Order: sequence, then structure tokens, then C-alpha cells
Amino acid sequence: MKKILVIGSGPIIIGQAAEFDYAGSQACKSLREEGYEVVLINSNPATIMTDEETADAVYIEPLTPAFCERVIARERPDGLLPTLGGQTGLNLASQLADLGILEKYGVKLLGTQLDAIKKAEDRELFRSLMRQIKEPVPESWIVESDADLEAILDVVPYPCIIRPAYTLGGTGGGIANNREELWETGRKGLKLSMRSQLMVERSLLGWKEVEYEVMRDGKGNCITVCNMENLDPMGVHTGDSIVVAPSQTLSDIEYHMLRTASLKIIQALGIEGGCNVQLAVNPDSFDYYVIEVNPRVSRSSALASKATGYPIARVAAKIAVGKTLDEIENAVTKTTKACFEPALDYCVVKIPRWPFDKFTTGDRFLSTQMKATGEVMAIDRSFEAALMKAVRGLEVKAKDLRHPAIEALDDESLRSALRRPTDERLWVLAEALRRGWSHTEVHRLSRVDKWFLEKISHLVVEGSFESTPGRTVYKMVDTCAGEFESHTPYFYSTQGQSHDA
Amino acid sequence: MAGKVTCLSRLTAHLALSDGTVFEGRRLGAEGTAVAEVVFNTGMTGYQEVLSDPSYAGQAVVFTYPLIGNYGINDDDFESDRLQPSAIIVKEACETPSNWRSKSSLDAFLNERGLIGIRDIDTRALTKHIREAGVVMGAVSTEGAGSALDAARSAVSYNDIDFVYKVTTKAPYAWGFEGREAIGEPAGDMKLRMVAIDCGLKFNILRRFAALGVRTIVLPATTSAEEVLGWKPDGVLFSPGPGDPARLGNVVETAQQLLGRLPVFGICLGNQVLCQAVGGKTFKLKFGHRGANHPVKDLEDGSVTITSQNHGYAVDPDTLRGTGATVTQVNLNDGTVEGIRIKTAGATSIQYHPEAAPGPWDSRKYFLQFVAEMERART
Repeated sequence: MKKILVIGSGPIIIGQAAEFDYAGSQACKSLREEGYEVVLINSNPATIMTDEETADAVYIEPLTPAFCERVIARERPDGLLPTLGGQTGLNLASQLADLGILEKYGVKLLGTQLDAIKKAEDRELFRSLMRQIKEPVPESWIVESDADLEAILDVVPYPCIIRPAYTLGGTGGGIANNREELWETGRKGLKLSMRSQLMVERSLLGWKEVEYEVMRDGKGNCITVCNMENLDPMGVHTGDSIVVAPSQTLSDIEYHMLRTASLKIIQALGIEGGCNVQLAVNPDSFDYYVIEVNPRVSRSSALASKATGYPIARVAAKIAVGKTLDEIENAVTKTTKACFEPALDYCVVKIPRWPFDKFTTGDRFLSTQMKATGEVMAIDRSFEAALMKAVRGLEVKAKDLRHPAIEALDDESLRSALRRPTDERLWVLAEALRRGWSHTEVHRLSRVDKWFLEKISHLVVEGSFESTPGRTVYKMVDTCAGEFESHTPYFYSTQGQSHDA
Repeated sequence: MAGKVTCLSRLTAHLALSDGTVFEGRRLGAEGTAVAEVVFNTGMTGYQEVLSDPSYAGQAVVFTYPLIGNYGINDDDFESDRLQPSAIIVKEACETPSNWRSKSSLDAFLNERGLIGIRDIDTRALTKHIREAGVVMGAVSTEGAGSALDAARSAVSYNDIDFVYKVTTKAPYAWGFEGREAIGEPAGDMKLRMVAIDCGLKFNILRRFAALGVRTIVLPATTSAEEVLGWKPDGVLFSPGPGDPARLGNVVETAQQLLGRLPVFGICLGNQVLCQAVGGKTFKLKFGHRGANHPVKDLEDGSVTITSQNHGYAVDPDTLRGTGATVTQVNLNDGTVEGIRIKTAGATSIQYHPEAAPGPWDSRKYFLQFVAEMERART
């Protein structure tokens, strides 16, 4: 194995943004570090990965099987790494395999193999695997035609969730409150799905949504890079959710119950590299359901990577060429290995950035189809401080949790805004708390966990949250909560006593 | 006439280290002064388990994760009957926890149980201080910086105190399917009987064995080998526990006499007891391993497992040469001994916590393995 072809992520579209450029660039660098010659194909020249320094040869061509075959014929790579370019790269690789092109030119698929990817992405195969390993999945129905859809209209419990298979950012999905909505959204979803397949499932609206970023090497060693909890409960796409890392409201037993489930899944799938597991957690019991698995570096991996300092794409690329987690250096500490789980000593908040300032007539209600076009991430030692940094980073009109239009709403409109989230959900929550509504009432309407409501009310009601006496200092993101000396130029500001910088 | 108003949440507290460093923060939990060895734990969840883990006796635990108490305190996640550390040190303590099992806030619970804590200090600065200087004696006090400093400087060293005899059970008890039970109760349909030498047992070890059909007889750390054998057990467990393992002469002697006579398993301090029983020696680590993310490499099959750890001492592998004990597992970060096997005696032990609580569940196979070992020995 000398030469490796990497498929880039293509155009930046809603549901697939610059995070895959970040992952792809990291991967190319990582492979070259190992002494491989890297050939890159990407249709988007406005990326970092298509810079001359990133790969040995760069092809800016359409990401179609025909063009890809021409690159393969010309470059004759020994291997192909498809799991770092998001869904586009993955879909293209599976087309190349199906068409026999990989076999024809003797190109070995690196990292997670196609059958594992299929098992994770094909709803029915995935569900049967989950049943085999006794992991719970919500009750659901697979639909592959209009006739299938018609047959279940009177069977499913409403509201229900519609999830088309093999699409980006949940394109074509949604929530149906009645048979008419299911018929309409379902037919649209069938058209948009690459395999004309969609899943209709029991609604878990209001449950906690938690994700785990996990990695596995070819020998079966597994680790969790981090977990994340959505401030927005189930019903809002993760890409449209305010997300905090690590989870805040899970006890140790709950954290490790879900971690164990995630590792069991990555092991059963046989992933070689990174993988993202999404879970719905009942806020009033130990019940949970496995919602979805992304068998590749995903949008959440980019967030997890930046949130923890753990270079997921870099490590995934090395796993793809046969290295094991205990052989790969932890590039942050340089004194430990990649086979460990990052310990955070800060809190990370991600807020999506929506384009409704440019698309003023767009439908702002958030649902299972992603609408955000970007996101900001902030780090601090308290949730309140991280949240406020993120709000200021959004570059929207609001610099704090006040919003004139929302302050002008009457109580009834505010109540209905709490029930149906839009991109302005955070300001709606803040306004309700500012009006002195009880946490129980705001929770009942919004289903947002009271832990988050309490924190937001510290900001809007008390107006201050900083309790640690000190000054502004810079602390290091070191993957190990200060346990080991680290070498990385990655810092965040906070109130404290001493600098790491 | 109005009564005196005190704003408890604003009361000042201090942490002083014996090297003269003083941190000022706010009071958490009870009033007073507590002297302890200051150690840090990097786990992001599990404070309730840590608070009730006997291996933290005599220590003030710094939680490196800054938001502690988020999911409150519940009725179930206790690892012993008491609060075990002498004090706790946090950045932020959550006043209004949110979790379906939560019964009280951390502050209210510590007040009720009389445990002293301090919050709102720069725990990362403190952690780095310990990483560089090593674990150090210190004091947490609500009685002023001077009191804290005096207490820290005059503290008896952690290394010189026999903690095991303080935390071990005073009287034997049994643990079955339903939890703790009177020693005389019939074993029901439990298939095996194990004796645990309690140097600081955690309940989850007993729960895990019970789930596999093992009834455990828990005996004080001072129990002799003859007494242990008198219970006719299928195997013996040497438990985790606090303090310097080199101070455990009589427990080591018991282990020496039991090795080879029935299956023996050691966890954490139990590993150090077994190593000493064959002639090995232990040494104190600079700042220990405390957290839920420690990678351990199995030298026999090459696999790596993420483990839950809580120990301040380690076994010196050089002293195991020629003793019959083989090092089977090492820590991937610092290469220290994480597991041994004494083949001739049918004994194994690990330095980390397969019972988790808190931490990852990836090492539960050791319970299955020891149960299988006991079943084999029985037939």
C-alpha cells in the first residue's frame, strides 16, 4: 500500500458544511505523516483540503462514479478512504464498489467496510442487528413505495417521525401529526431518498437526546471520545440543536449504560474508525432507544473533536491503514496514546447558526430536517459563561438573551413559541423565565430539561453567574483535565486564578 | 422582632496545603476544619459513588470536572454506608439538580451528613499544582485561612495512618440477591459462596457477584486464614481499600496462607496484597490514578481496555521477579502494573475497578472469570 485516494465532501450544502473539509484535511495530513502518497478528489475548490499542501495530487472534478473512475485509472491508487468526506464520500464509494470499479482497478477500500456501512444505514438491516444484540430501537415501519405508505396511514401512532434513508441532514424528513401530513411528507421523502426508502417511527418527542462519539480499531479496541447532550429534546434535528458536551443531567450509571450500548453497537457493526451513536433517553426512567448510527466521521465528530482536543479524523485515518489505538500517539499530550477517553474540565456549548437573516421568508420552525448552515462552539468552566460566549459568537443582532420582538410577544404567543421551537428558541426560553414563569411551566411547554432552564434563569434573572473570584486567564484544552503535561496551542479564556498559557 | 439573617451560601472557606499554598473559596456542606491528603479525580460523572467509596478515606477529593452535583444525590448509588473522604473540593456545586432519581442537592446532603467541602476555587490550578508537586497534605476550613494553614502544616501524614482498620466492617455480614442480609440466612439458590476480606469494599462488587449467583460473606480485614476457611468458601476476594498497602501485615499474611488452597481474586488494594503475599513491594505514585479513563493493556492478548481507577500506590514489577507472579496487564500511560497472575496458586488480581461505580463497564468479564474459576475448583 503506497497510494491512497481520499474522497472529499463536495459542495457545502445545508446538513454538510465545512466540518468535512476539516476532517478530510486532517485525514490527508495524517496519512502523509504515515508515509503514504495521497490523491484527493473533490468537486469543491473552495476548501482547505484542496490546497496544494494537503495532498500529493488534487483533482477538482465532479464527485460522480465516471469522473472518479478516470482519476483511479490515471493514478492507480492502492486504497480508497471514503469515510471522512461525509455522506457524499460514502455514497460515492458504495457506487464505485457496486459498479465493480474498485475491483477492476484493484483498489482496496480502507477503514469501515461497505457491509458495515450498509448495516448501519439500511434501516431494516440496522434494526435487525439491534434486535440481535438486544439494543432497543423504537417501533417503526419501513416504507419503500406509495402503496406501503398508504397501508400504514391508519396503523402508526401520531405524531410520528419520518426519516428517509441515505439522505443528508435528514432531508425530506419531518414530523407528521395526522394521516394527511404523513401522506404528504412521506411521498416527498420517498422521492428524495437515494434508495427510495424511508422509516416511519414512534415519536419520542420530549425525550432527552444524547450522542456518543466512539472509535474502534481493527483489533476491536473501542473508546468513547465524548458524549453530548442536546438542550433541545427529541424532535429537533441534532444539527439544529443547542448541544452541550459532556452531558450534564446523566448520572454515572446512565452515562455508562449509554456508553456501553454505543460500544456494543460499534463492535457489532465492525466499524474501523469513528462512528456516532444517537440515543433517546426517557427523562423519567432508565429506558432508552437507539435512534441512529453514523458509520463515519460526521458533523458531530467535528464538534467532538474540537470540544475535546481529540483529533478524530486524524486517528480514524491511521486506523484505516491498520494502526491500532494503542500505537497512535495522543498528539495533544505527546506523552500518552490515542487509546484513552478524554476528560474535560470545562463545558462546551454549540449553538447552530441559521440563515433566516438572509432568507427572511423561510419557515423557521425546527423539526427533524436540519436547517442550520453553520454553528458556533464556545468553551468555558461554567455552562452560563460558555453559552454567553456562543451567543456573542453567533453574530446575530442579539448580543445577550434579550430580543425585542420576543419581549413584545403577549403571554399566549410566548406559550405557543415555547411549544414549537424556532431558531429563536433560546430567546423565547429566556423571555419566559424573565417573566417569572415557573421552571415547571416552561419545562412542560418546551420539554427543555430544568437543569438548562435553571442556568438560563441565572443569566436573565440574576444577571450574573461568575462566582469564582479571579481574573481573566487562559486555560488549555488538553484532553486529560490537567492530569498530564500537554503540548498544544489550544486555549480558552475563563475566570480563574492562574494561566496555562 | 426579626431574627438574625445569615446568608449561608456566602460563607467563605479556605483550602490550605502543607506547602503553604492557600485557595479561598466558598463553603460547601458542613462547617469546621478537615485535614486530608489532597488528590484529584478526573471522572466527569460519579461524585456520589466517590463520596461513598472507602478507598477515599482520609483524602480530600478535587473533582477536575467543574460542574458537580448536576444530577443530585439519589437513594441508590451509594458504595458504602458512610461518606468516606474527609472533604471535597469543587469548582461549582449545583444548587438545583435535575434528574429523575435526585432526592437532594449536593450541598444539602453534605450538610446533613456533616461533610466539609469548598467550592468556587480554580480546581484546574490546584490540579496542576498536585500534578507538579505530587499529592500533598492539606486542610479545608470554614474557620479562616490561618486555621486551615495551621491544620495543614500540623497534619499527620496520610502515609502513617491505618485506614483499612477504620473502614472495614466490624462484624461479618452476607450479601445475596436482595442485597445485604443476615449472615445466618440460607443461601437460597445461590450457586457459590465467596468470602470477601473487607479492606474497604464497594457495594457494587457485591452486587456484581450476586447477579452471577454468588453469595458473599463479608469478613473484617483482621480475619485469619483459618477463620476464612471455616466458612468453607468456593473462593476468596481481597477487596479495594485506602492507605499504604505496606501497612497491611496481617492481611498479607492471611493471603499468604490462603494462596494455593482455593481460588483467590484481588481488586485494587487486593492486587497489592496478593503481590506482597508472594514477596513483591509497593511504592507511592506521585499523584495516583483516579478517574474513569485509564487505558490498560493486556499483555497476553494485546487488547486495551478503558478502566475505572482509584489508587495512590503501585506494585514494583522488579520485586515480582522469581516470585511466581506474572505481570499480565500494564497501564498504557505510565507502564505501571495493572494486573498479575499467580499461576501455581490459581490467583489473579487487577489494580483497577471492574465493578466501575463510577466509570466504564468494560471490565465486567473479570467477575465472570472468577465465578468460572470458583466453579472449576469446586468440581
